[in-house]
Amino acid sequence: MAESSSGSDDLLLEVSGLVVDLPGRVRAVRVVDEVSFDIPSATTVGLIGESGSGKTMTANALIGLLPDGAIVGGSLNWRGEELLTATASRRRGLRGHEIAMIFQDPLAALNPTQTIGRQVGEILRRSGKSRAAVRERVVELLDRAGIPAPAEKLGSFPHEFSGGMRQRAVIAMALAGNPSLLLADEPTTALDVTVQARILRLLRSIQEDAGLSMLLVSHDLRVMAHVAHQVVVMYAGRVAERGATSDVLRQPAHPYTRALVDSVPAVRTKTALAHPLPGTPATPSNRPAGCAFHPRCPLARERCRTEQPALRAVAPGRWTACHFAEKVLDA
Amino acid sequence: MLEVRDLRVTFGPRRKPFVAVDGVSLTVGANETVGLVGESGSGKTTVARSIVGLVRPASGSITYDGRAVPAGTSRPGELQRAIQMVFQDPRSSLNPWMTVASIIGEAWRTHPSAASDLDRLLADVGLDSSVAGQRASQLSGGQCQRVSLARALAVKPRLLVCDEAVSALDVSVQAQILRLLDDLRRRHNLSMLFISHDLGVVHQIADRIAVMRRGVLVEEGPATDVLGAPQHEYTQSLLDAALELNS
Ligand SMILES: Nc1ncnc2c1ncn2[C@@H]1O[C@H](COP(=O)(O)OP(=O)(O)OP(=O)(O)O)[C@@H](O)[C@H]1O
Ligand SMILES: Nc1ncnc2c1ncn2[C@@H]1O[C@H](COP(=O)(O)OP(=O)(O)O)[C@@H](O)[C@H]1O
Ligand code: SF4
Ligand SMILES: [Mg+2]
Ligand SMILES: [Mg+2]
Repeated sequence: MAESSSGSDDLLLEVSGLVVDLPGRVRAVRVVDEVSFDIPSATTVGLIGESGSGKTMTANALIGLLPDGAIVGGSLNWRGEELLTATASRRRGLRGHEIAMIFQDPLAALNPTQTIGRQVGEILRRSGKSRAAVRERVVELLDRAGIPAPAEKLGSFPHEFSGGMRQRAVIAMALAGNPSLLLADEPTTALDVTVQARILRLLRSIQEDAGLSMLLVSHDLRVMAHVAHQVVVMYAGRVAERGATSDVLRQPAHPYTRALVDSVPAVRTKTALAHPLPGTPATPSNRPAGCAFHPRCPLARERCRTEQPALRAVAPGRWTACHFAEKVLDA
Repeated sequence: MLEVRDLRVTFGPRRKPFVAVDGVSLTVGANETVGLVGESGSGKTTVARSIVGLVRPASGSITYDGRAVPAGTSRPGELQRAIQMVFQDPRSSLNPWMTVASIIGEAWRTHPSAASDLDRLLADVGLDSSVAGQRASQLSGGQCQRVSLARALAVKPRLLVCDEAVSALDVSVQAQILRLLDDLRRRHNLSMLFISHDLGVVHQIADRIAVMRRGVLVEEGPATDVLGAPQHEYTQSLLDAALELNS
């Protein structure tokens, strides 16, 4: 597993009480509900959760890229600066420079009609660097992203690259602005498994070498175990639990995390099939009262049906939203 | 029971064909689950599609209980019924406008002898009878995958070919479907060819595993041997690329 904490305690971003309401057919739907976590500098934070749990909406809220009509509340403290009240031009200025993004589908992030060299160098050209300096830096970035013979690839178009190479080009593009924070939303789900592992290793080494921070969104617990220092587990738009990755995955403090961990089979040894959770993941528009997880929770009691558990510290650095977290930890 | 011999499948022009499957032989015995793994493009789906008759092989033979299985629609109804396939993307394999009841009803119209009780069938795959009237477009991914399974099981098959059937699902739902497949295989004496890129899942569910690379089987044997002590370097490289949760 990745080291449980990074070298630095400086906070880059403090997310507190983040809420996102999206306009719904009848009424607004709260898709992100009181989400709080920190991103320390030089640290990878993982967002885990099932489809529709609000991972993408949380990540997109950080950079102000939400669907039309979205209402955002809470606080995003970026090195002492409140982002939610910052001007639109300040937030645009942040994007691509201080905060860069990598998405699931590299094709969607690339312009099919422009060369790789041009796209990776875009942000550098706008900063007024000379042509030769831009070229030199682009070659360096492509090399850093693991693209072989980078100088020869400047004139290539995206369609000439394989899926894995495209994602590397996107990574080079994201690094061009020299960001402090990289948002990576399912950066490898569209890639072949054998390629996935290589891209993840690359992201991890870039994070370590450049000392930048990463918010990695994934539903793949194995990926998280290898790349994230800290994880935030989301369920139905809320934080179920968070803490150092090795602690959370080895000794979950929330029954939902427990079930997720139990459902990941070992690769090299044959494991028995897991006892699956009943029912289907709750959705923000159809959120059960009390603890949203109660209809599926093996430990649910009467209290869980009526009282929503608050996110509370159960051990140093461990936060969980379960009335009976201590029982889960001891199990 | 199912025997694939020297299967060869090509695509593209006859003068310069692309060989997707190049001499694959494998068997799936009664009540047995065989896993098929390999990186993307190695030919797994093409093998699966050949077995259910969606692809016409260039050469080789496929027999089921000793009877030749012809390609495509020339296949006798009884054989069509016996071998069913479940696809990766449940959404694109179901007509979004059709209700669950009509999706199953259509399968029963094609194979009337298999027709039975809808509520019972839905319960078998863990669906409430209230979904019968819903359209596929109104269902979640996990529910859609259960409907695909119900459609395949509706005609009482003997062999289920599952191509990345749980890959698009969330982990908690994936665990439910795996459990379900395993239960169904016991209760209905099903055989399975189970294709997945997730070696952990295949290790869990398969009795035997076949490893494919560039159209060729490079290794085949009991699951615990192939993934516990691989003989071929390609299998080893797949294992090296696979992450473990605890390591
Ligand atoms: N553009 C949109 N308009 C309305 N609702 C949306 C929109 N995008 C997402 N949602 C809803 O917001 C909720 C959270 O979605 P989000 O995309 O953040 O989930 P996620 O955790 O990233 O899921 P996945 O793993 O499938 O990517 C879901 O209920 C989703 O249906
Ligand atoms: N209908 C088709 N036409 C042309 N090429 C195809 C077709 N179907 C598959 N192929 C090619 O055959 C090879 C094997 O594909 P496939 O069986 O889908 O592999 P897998 O399922 O192992 O990823 C790939 O190179 C693929 O591009
Ligand atoms: S609060 Fe209750 S229902 Fe929710 S996770 Fe804890 S025990 Fe389960
Ligand atoms: Mg998402
Ligand atoms: Mg395939």
